[in-house]
Amino acid sequence: MGFFLTIALLVVVLGIAWRYLGSYMADVFEGRVRYLAWAERPFYRLLATSPEQEQTWKRYAGSTIIFSALFLGFGYLLLRIQGSLPLNPQHMGAVTPALSLNTITSFVTNTNWQNYGGETTMSYFSQIGVLTVQQFVSAAVGISVAITLVRGFSRRNSPTIGNFWVDITRCLLYILLPIAFVAGIILVGEGAVMTLAGPATIRDAINGVTQTIPRGPAGFMGAIMQLGTNGGGFFNVDLAHPLENPTALTNVLYICLTLSIPFALTYTFGKMVGSIRHGAALLAAMVIIFGVWVGITSYSEHTNNPAVVAAGVHSTVGNTEGKEVRFGDTSSALFNVSMTQTSDGAINSAGDSYTPMGGFGLLTGMMLGEVTPGGTGSGLYTILVYAIIAVFIGGLMIGRTPEYLGKKIQAREVKLAGLAALVMPITVLVLTAVAVSLHAGRAGPLNAGPHGFSEILYALTSQGNNNGSAFAGLSGNTAFYNVVGAIDMLLGRFAIMIPALALAGALAAKQIVPAGLGTFRTDNGMFIGLTIGVIIIIGGLTFFPAVSLGPVVEQLSHGKFF
Amino acid sequence: MTATATPVPVTPGSSTPHGVAESRSLFDREILLQSLRDSVIKLNPRVQLRNPVMFVVLVGTVVTFIEAIAKPTFFSWAITVWLFLTVIFANFAEAMAEGRGKAQADTLRRMRSETEARKLLPGGGEQRVPAAELSKGDTVVCEAGDVIPSDGDIIEGIASVDESAITGESAPVIRESGGDRSAVTGGTRVLSDRIVIRITAERGHTFLDRMIGLVEGANRQKTPNELALTILLAVLTIVFLPVVVTLDPFGHFSAIVSGARGSGTVDVVILVSLLVCLIPTTIGALLSAIGIAGMDRLVQRNVLAMSGRAVEAAGDVQTLLLDKTGTITLGNRMASAFVPVGGHSEQELASAAQLASLADETPEGRSIVVLAKERFAIRERQLEGSHEFVPFTAQTRMSGLNVDGREIRKGAADAVRRWVVEQGGTPPDELAGVVESIARAGSTPLVVADGPTVLGVIELKDVVKQGIKEKFDQMRQMGIRTVMITGDNPLTAAAIAQEAGVDDFLAEATPEAKMALIKEEQEGGKLVAMTGDGTNDAPALAQADVGVAMNTGTTAAKEAGNMVDLDSNPTKLIDVVEIGKQLLITRGALTTFSIANDVAKYFAIIPALFAATYPQLSTLNIMRLHSPTSAVLSAVIFNALVIIALIPLALRGVRFRAASASAILRRNVFIYGVGGLIAPFIFIKLIDLILVALHAY
Repeated sequence: MGFFLTIALLVVVLGIAWRYLGSYMADVFEGRVRYLAWAERPFYRLLATSPEQEQTWKRYAGSTIIFSALFLGFGYLLLRIQGSLPLNPQHMGAVTPALSLNTITSFVTNTNWQNYGGETTMSYFSQIGVLTVQQFVSAAVGISVAITLVRGFSRRNSPTIGNFWVDITRCLLYILLPIAFVAGIILVGEGAVMTLAGPATIRDAINGVTQTIPRGPAGFMGAIMQLGTNGGGFFNVDLAHPLENPTALTNVLYICLTLSIPFALTYTFGKMVGSIRHGAALLAAMVIIFGVWVGITSYSEHTNNPAVVAAGVHSTVGNTEGKEVRFGDTSSALFNVSMTQTSDGAINSAGDSYTPMGGFGLLTGMMLGEVTPGGTGSGLYTILVYAIIAVFIGGLMIGRTPEYLGKKIQAREVKLAGLAALVMPITVLVLTAVAVSLHAGRAGPLNAGPHGFSEILYALTSQGNNNGSAFAGLSGNTAFYNVVGAIDMLLGRFAIMIPALALAGALAAKQIVPAGLGTFRTDNGMFIGLTIGVIIIIGGLTFFPAVSLGPVVEQLSHGKFF
Repeated sequence: MTATATPVPVTPGSSTPHGVAESRSLFDREILLQSLRDSVIKLNPRVQLRNPVMFVVLVGTVVTFIEAIAKPTFFSWAITVWLFLTVIFANFAEAMAEGRGKAQADTLRRMRSETEARKLLPGGGEQRVPAAELSKGDTVVCEAGDVIPSDGDIIEGIASVDESAITGESAPVIRESGGDRSAVTGGTRVLSDRIVIRITAERGHTFLDRMIGLVEGANRQKTPNELALTILLAVLTIVFLPVVVTLDPFGHFSAIVSGARGSGTVDVVILVSLLVCLIPTTIGALLSAIGIAGMDRLVQRNVLAMSGRAVEAAGDVQTLLLDKTGTITLGNRMASAFVPVGGHSEQELASAAQLASLADETPEGRSIVVLAKERFAIRERQLEGSHEFVPFTAQTRMSGLNVDGREIRKGAADAVRRWVVEQGGTPPDELAGVVESIARAGSTPLVVADGPTVLGVIELKDVVKQGIKEKFDQMRQMGIRTVMITGDNPLTAAAIAQEAGVDDFLAEATPEAKMALIKEEQEGGKLVAMTGDGTNDAPALAQADVGVAMNTGTTAAKEAGNMVDLDSNPTKLIDVVEIGKQLLITRGALTTFSIANDVAKYFAIIPALFAATYPQLSTLNIMRLHSPTSAVLSAVIFNALVIIALIPLALRGVRFRAASASAILRRNVFIYGVGGLIAPFIFIKLIDLILVALHAY
């Protein structure tokens, strides 16, 4: 499918999703959608809770942590004993301790970084019962936390921010399960494989060889992996695999699924705070950055790789190394940008083979903090953190204690927003420094020169942002990278999530100041510009030196930018 | 009208600073010298620790200093010196801001120490004690020429008092026992008569003591917004620490993978320079100066804020409660028209009205005489022959003159009407209509009668202050709602409200109604500012987010409010709001400027940092700076000099214009955001050129 046709299709489909899915999600979380109430009730009875029993931010955060910790523990256990569990036609053995730790952390944190090849490591039980389950619940956790922050703005003088168990139940029942089910049917209909029968053996009579084709429940897993911006595919090569991404339609569908919830949540935000314009402003900030990055990366991939040119080879079809011919240069770039800016992390082409500036586009897309549009839920709550900082600086410039949607941004809010904003850069930079200083870390990259540095930086940026996309070119399944990666992912998830919940609590308890002419407008072009500025400046200023030692110097080695 | 209760009118809105605010230029020589001394004293690490940004610079200076001793090069010494100057410049900015306050405090302190009190003993008799030894509850006596030793209330007597020591206003005011004019302030001087004062201030807590503390900034605490900004600056400092520290391992690794010669070790001096250039030193250095200067700007306008918090709150105010009399209107009603009735001529009415007012010494009475003279050239007549003035009383509610058998009266409509009927006359039918239409226009009707004949009505108009409507328009643009508070009836209030251009009014206001209005606004999330002077204003002053008490007001009012206006000019509330806004804008603008500066500094320093490993990075040297070290030094010098360059801006505040939030934001983002992005490119290049020209390179 043509690049521009794909973009046109995306705009239409995502526009509809923004308006209607966004509105629907607001109704779900405000308890106006009740058609599955009969299915909700048993859960509440089991958990001894009800929608009326609201939680303070501390209790909500406690529930989030307990919930995630339980899955972390059980998941680890199940991966370790998968050899003795059913649904294991290939008789896969136990996953090693370090890899189990990295993998379960990866899926609980919605990262889906994979230091393993799915079809050669995981049993069907592990794929379904551990990994796919996490793809549902980790997405639901992210969305629920984002909703509490929205409630922080929409409520006034409220000590509570919602009930975690209710939010997560509703999110799963009304949003993730139905959409994933329908999408799964379409994917399977298009030819994505969906079976528990084990690998197929095919005899190629002409060449006289026998091939084993791995199969499994990939179709439905693909649906939630994209809808929940997880990105951890069934197969090692992820969505470049023809049995998981068989047609041009599935390719576009995968992009749509990934982008729909993160973008639509801005509408949900607008609807819940009573001003769609405010949601649209955040959407605009997301779309502008997203668009520019698609432009940079697609353009770079449409040109030749300078290293290849230096070798005297000229291509007329762009940089095709590491790409599926089915998708081509620009559409592959569009796909990978969509996946790096949503914290999804799926890939349909190898980032390692991108041109330096193409790789720059993927890497820096994540360094901006996964807010354009970011992960399910995490994108919204993180961009709100940046918006709060933008409001604070911009608001001062009009001579009033800054307010966002009538909530005064004071010392506590600045402290929490600052904390949430600085965790990711610090984690990524410090862990990268550790990796490049130790022998265990230096052994990872497969390439020399700045590209080798990019490979390490990319891996830790991807995990620290809960993205999970792999640049490839790094031998990640070592004890060192498994453990460092797990730390990276946990900090990148919970060290932002908890300040976000605290922020929700602090904001919900506040009075709402009525807006007037003297109020800093947070729904117009100036605000969009300031928010973009804060996102770019925080990401840019913190990562500029590191990036200049990676893709930038690599590009400059060949003479010039572009 | 009891003349004694009226304070001698104070010139409103006088433009020259006076009183505590001795006129001093921003860069007074004496203050400059003192500030230079202070900037060295402030190097004390304990002082520096209060400012996390500058503390990091100080530590960085120590690091480069050690490095410079170990490996002395021109570069390392130059960087050390300029980093040290950065800290000194920040201290200097703060010292400059404090300088004026300190000078004022010294003047006030001299005033306090020289006073002696005549304390009345319980058993009778007097004792001379130093003013500083008086405690609450003591009674003292003051006679003409005495300086009042401490704050108190007059319990006996009446006196004219010269308050110029506090307010700078030389016209004396009348103070008397009982009522709202009984408060006196220590340090002021009794000009006439004898008064007995009960001291109301604890030792060391007099108004004068508080003033000294305030102008000096002795107990200055970080205000809520300053605290929030300090946190943001700390965040920006913390995040750049790992950015810079990790560059060393990154450099090593890059050297290994690129196969370049050398170990890839990054020069510590360059790393420290990068760190100092990236952390928000500009705003970090000027932040406290901005706050102190904001308070100082209020003092320059003779307003004392009890806390910086109140100044900040003033910028947030969304509703202004303004007393009609004295704030919106001049305070005195003035005769503006003669409306004859019953076929009499206007001149006839004017002539009678003038006669009836000749002995009326109230401002209203005088204004009638003036109007008659202006309109019909009726001169003040010397009354000859038998005549008798009839004074105004609360019972008759009219005044007048009996002369040559005529009995001329002027007064409230119903009172005069009754009197006319008693005299056997019949008020004309049109009178009621005229009276009502005048009242509806917001004016006060005075009916004039000559014996049983009603001649007409004098219109007494409340005169709205010049320029006040424009002020309110500006307020509206800034999103501030103005509410007029008046004791008038709703009809009159509505008319004046419309003429003055306020958004709303509270008529027939009682202290309770005022309080209720404030609470209602606050429950809606708004911040409210008001002025007040009477004891019954005290609860409302305390409830309001910004309560400006008039210095002429009672002790209770002054203690309830969080600001005192020494000029007792309620219109100044508007200035206070502007100063509050200006304070926040200055902080925001310099923060934006500081962050925007970082981009250029990166382009100067990053190529220099890895010049050995990756010479290719020199492409990023878009300013074409002479050499890696000259680039770093230029960036550091720029970083230091920009603090000095912005001190005047920090002290004066960013120029404030009344406009909508969006317009102000656009302007400031353009000047300080875009300007902050571009300016360092130009100046760093310029400094680099100068360094080369000086043969430093």
